[in-house]
Amino acid sequence: MRSRPLYGRLVPRQGSSHFIVADGEGGEAVAALLTAAPDLKSTTHIVYIPGTNGTDLTTMVAGLGAQVFHAAPSYASASQRIRKVLGDAHMGLQLYAAGTEGLIGQVQRDAIAAGLPHDALQTEQRGSLARRVQCVHCKGITENVTLDPFVCSHCGLNLFVRDHYSRRLAAFQGVCIDAEDPGEVPASEERFK
Amino acid sequence: MSGSTRLPVIVTEVVEVNSLIKRFRFVREDGGLMPGFSGGAHTVVEMDDNGTRRLNAYSLMSDPSDTSGYEISVRRDETGRGGSLFMHSGVKPGMKMVISQPVNLFGLDLRAKKHLLIAGGIGITPFIAQMAQLDALGHKFELHYAMRDRELGAYMKELSARHGDRVHPYYDLEKQAIDLATLLKTQPLGTHLYVCGPKGMIGWVLSTAEKMGWPNGALHSEEFLAPPVGEAFEVELSKSNITINVGPTQSLLEALEAAGVDAPYLCRGGACGQCECKVNAVEGEILNYDHWLSDEQKAAKSHIMPCVSRFKGERLVIEL
Repeated sequence: MRSRPLYGRLVPRQGSSHFIVADGEGGEAVAALLTAAPDLKSTTHIVYIPGTNGTDLTTMVAGLGAQVFHAAPSYASASQRIRKVLGDAHMGLQLYAAGTEGLIGQVQRDAIAAGLPHDALQTEQRGSLARRVQCVHCKGITENVTLDPFVCSHCGLNLFVRDHYSRRLAAFQGVCIDAEDPGEVPASEERFK
Repeated sequence: MSGSTRLPVIVTEVVEVNSLIKRFRFVREDGGLMPGFSGGAHTVVEMDDNGTRRLNAYSLMSDPSDTSGYEISVRRDETGRGGSLFMHSGVKPGMKMVISQPVNLFGLDLRAKKHLLIAGGIGITPFIAQMAQLDALGHKFELHYAMRDRELGAYMKELSARHGDRVHPYYDLEKQAIDLATLLKTQPLGTHLYVCGPKGMIGWVLSTAEKMGWPNGALHSEEFLAPPVGEAFEVELSKSNITINVGPTQSLLEALEAAGVDAPYLCRGGACGQCECKVNAVEGEILNYDHWLSDEQKAAKSHIMPCVSRFKGERLVIEL
């Protein structure tokens, strides 16, 4: 599937300033980056969100010595700050996202909205592979989907999780699995740990 | 395959812009409207120069919203192969010519928050069309235009009148130069950069932007190369099973066409990649002049771009 996102490893790049958004285990990738390139610290702004799986590296990431550190309980609560930083920034800013696919996708979506090319940010997937899935029927987005099929948290349909991914929505596509034979739903498996 | 559909046109205007540049306007011979185009597009003009067929790509500079005709500007190159000299001395109003459908290899990325346009000399032409398009769309842009002097600063007056302080001229002879570092540092996030001009200028702008952390996806450039002249050489074509001779002032692509081989092309200037051709066997050096092949392909001598590249050596066999 061409739209299935691929992730890399964070490497230091030259730039006027550095903006890092991470969640859960992504904090370890941030630590690795700033250990490899400590000179970035004085121009780095970090937003860190604890993982919904319980992984909370807030204290460690806060201690990395970035110029600005901000802890947020969720992406939604951080998004105003993220959009403000991107909106005020100049070309030369380096953008990094580390952690779950859902977080990386949302940072990418906000970067695209700020006018950056979709591949302008560096990404590193760490921790849970839980997915952000949009129900193609009711358009509601369910966060942290680990099971396939799963029940849409908005409309209650049984959804099959595809690899088909939307950069605009920062979500995978969920399609009703029992449309033709209502009630015939295969057993759910934990596909995205 | 071979380029795009041809348009029979009539030359309606030939204007001497300054001592080096002439502007030409083409309308369709059948009186119809021209195909629509977007800013940055070019057309390939066919010339019959006393029996020698020349095909040169020129950026469309007219307003993309005007489909009654196309305008191009041609800078006279005394040392070139003759295409620009033919346009300057041989093309008169009323003449019938054939041009290609427009092709855009230098389009605007309209997802950008702002467009930073940097032009050198005759490299201004695609930007004239792009600015008309951006102005109509209400998008943010600014032009930084470097040229030798006021006399050769083609179109500066018209551009200032239309776009006001969004247009910034720099005259070499008055010791004015673009302060690139400051310019690149102060652009808002989401700016895309476009550069068109001499090779050295394009290299300088792109490498400076990369060093300052601009992402590749936000950098756009266009440089049409004229096929360089060189020593004559021989090429074997493995599929057609013939051997052709390429003359000193002829490109490999032109020699293929002269031999009746239907070879693919689009820009004829080493930029678009359309004519990329596999090399089956090589004993000698491929003289690569294109912007297309990767360093790996060049090192492996696995491909050649017939529109601009040449050969020096014992034997070259290509898959055509």
